[in-house]
Amino acid sequence: MQSKMKESDPILEVDNLSASTDNLPILKGVSLTVYPGEIHAIMGRNGCGKSTFSKIIAGHPSYTITNGEIKFLGENINSLEPEERSQSGIFLGFQYPIEIPGVSNLEFLRVSTNARRKFLNKEELDTFDFEELVKEKLEIVKMDQAFLSRSVNQGFSGGEKKRNEILQMALLEPKIAILDETDSGLDIDALRIVASGIKRISNAQTGIILITHYQRLLDEIKPNYVHVMSDGQIIKTGESDLALELEKKGYEWTDNFIKET
Amino acid sequence: MVNENLVKDVVKEPYKYGFVTDIETEKIEKGLNEDIIKLISQKKEEPRFLLDFRLQAFKKWQKMKEPDWAALGYKKIDYQDIIYYSAPKQKEKISSLDEVDPKLLETFDKLGIPLTEQKKLTNVAVDAVFDSVSIATTFREELAEHGVIFCSISEAVKNHADLIEKYLGTVVPASDNYFAALNSAVFSDGSFVYIPKGVTCPMDLSSYFRINSGDSGQFERTLIIAEESSSVSYLEGCTAPMFDTNTLHAAVVELIALDDASIKYSTVQNWYAGDEEGVGGIFNFVTKRGKCLGKRSKISWSQVETGSAITWKYPSCLLLGEESVGEFYSVALTNNLQQADTGTKMIHIGPKTKSTIVSKGISAGNSKNSYRGLVKMGTKATGSRNYSQCDSMLIGDQASANTFPYIKSQQPNSEIEHEASTCRISEDQLFYLQSRGIEFEEAVSMMVSGFCRDVFNQLPMEFAAEADKLLALKLEGSVG
Repeated sequence: MQSKMKESDPILEVDNLSASTDNLPILKGVSLTVYPGEIHAIMGRNGCGKSTFSKIIAGHPSYTITNGEIKFLGENINSLEPEERSQSGIFLGFQYPIEIPGVSNLEFLRVSTNARRKFLNKEELDTFDFEELVKEKLEIVKMDQAFLSRSVNQGFSGGEKKRNEILQMALLEPKIAILDETDSGLDIDALRIVASGIKRISNAQTGIILITHYQRLLDEIKPNYVHVMSDGQIIKTGESDLALELEKKGYEWTDNFIKET
Repeated sequence: MVNENLVKDVVKEPYKYGFVTDIETEKIEKGLNEDIIKLISQKKEEPRFLLDFRLQAFKKWQKMKEPDWAALGYKKIDYQDIIYYSAPKQKEKISSLDEVDPKLLETFDKLGIPLTEQKKLTNVAVDAVFDSVSIATTFREELAEHGVIFCSISEAVKNHADLIEKYLGTVVPASDNYFAALNSAVFSDGSFVYIPKGVTCPMDLSSYFRINSGDSGQFERTLIIAEESSSVSYLEGCTAPMFDTNTLHAAVVELIALDDASIKYSTVQNWYAGDEEGVGGIFNFVTKRGKCLGKRSKISWSQVETGSAITWKYPSCLLLGEESVGEFYSVALTNNLQQADTGTKMIHIGPKTKSTIVSKGISAGNSKNSYRGLVKMGTKATGSRNYSQCDSMLIGDQASANTFPYIKSQQPNSEIEHEASTCRISEDQLFYLQSRGIEFEEAVSMMVSGFCRDVFNQLPMEFAAEADKLLALKLEGSVG
């Protein structure tokens, strides 16, 4: 599928992954490999399994892997806890970031960042040092410091929630980020901020998977590969022009691929 | 779909204070009658008025019936099977801490309440009560320089009989309820605080109650008087060993605040709660009430209730003085088969009185956690206001939470506001925190602390940290 010669080892290898929830199969044999510096986009109709795919990579307890494996930096992570996956460098940007009343955003970000730093054998940051770091990162998502003193995501607008996700990504410096519809519900300005934030954080060592419905995010961040998912399977993979074609022709066009395969 | 077993593991708490101190004690025989009461009074060398107070209370108690309206499930208490006086044997007269049995000092050391001169807490004066008697009170001389009296109630009876006679039973009369009557008849020890006019108590005062023996009840009595324009912050902590029998703890606490005086009373209650099957644990049946007698006086109750097999108490405020203020901030955490029926009564009598109630109940395991509260506006309480907020958090799907707010208003020109909510720690919230590298247990504990924030903010600093730790400990699983 990916014909180019790769110089380094893959970050993420998903091999023939099947998963179900409440005995209902959702993923039916998904394979996907991400190398450092690559940006992948996954597109597809609502309910095709895109979000489930991202949650399973992050270790959501509601889903059971029935077949296949997920390898991260060469290690099978099928049975790792979500926190272990995060600490080791997997980041999931939520489509609907969760509100946690009473827990201050600053403290949440600090505990989270320190968990990752501890894993990397870096010194954990106290409140003062962390505030310095977070101020720097706030700049990336153009967020006001007032966000820090509020409860996690509580009362945030849709755009603020998504920017808070990117802020977390900036603090955690993951090896791979899976961004689940981070662009949905954003106005044009917010989309630009989020997109430029993603670009600033990603580099030649990181991998990114963008789950999206829209070309407009892909205009800002050009993917190396576009995958089309349908009924728990990747039915077509192409380069960035596949997304443009999809935008023009709609998902109905992809229905033919299923018949082909 | 929350992983029930994981949640169950997390809320299983180890009880760190369950040890028994092996010490020779002087106990009187089991049972309750006039002779026993006379014996207790005699042991404490009490004046006649106090013996009369006890005997009258006993007469009233005999005519009363044990209340059952709270629908708490527990085996009937046999009041003749309880020892009403138990004290560690020690020298007749102790002039300094050096003469206190080292075993007792060691016990309090282990509980994190060092009493000796070298180790004592620097900013808090402590009265340490062991079973029926007060062992030691620190910083007495320093406090005396400010005219503050802080001693055991037994000593106060000897040295400040006038104050005791004037105030004892004026806030919680012996006839108030079954357990208050029982306490009035047999109370053993407790703390006494007197803050003179215009004095701001220079340090926090604290009592630490330790039940050590398994077959004796603890009936402590605390009386705090804040004269005009004075203020004090008082802290109370409690622990007990693990026994498979239930021990009755029926205390009475009375607070009196005169004009412009303020009393802040904070409790962290961690009596032994019984095991996972609900065997053993303390029955914590307590009457706590404050009287805002003076104009602009203020009484504030904060409590963190995590222990006891059954907690049954309603720290209340009688708001008599014009513009007086009553507050109640409560966190009650129940787990396994614990039951808590707690809340407050805010009785607005004077005009322009104000009360605030913030109650946070957390139920885990198979526990039952109820908020029960009364807000009453009397005929003269014009322009008075109350705000109540009662929130419940459920962990797992076997626990229950109830809210019983009673509102009685005889004064149309007054405002009563009540808000209530119930939430459950959701799998999505846990997953969100976990997916940010935060361990499951820490995630639960962060959310519980967050839920309790409004109340923790009201606690004195050291106590807030302790309360946070205590909740985390209670929610700590066998993992890690």
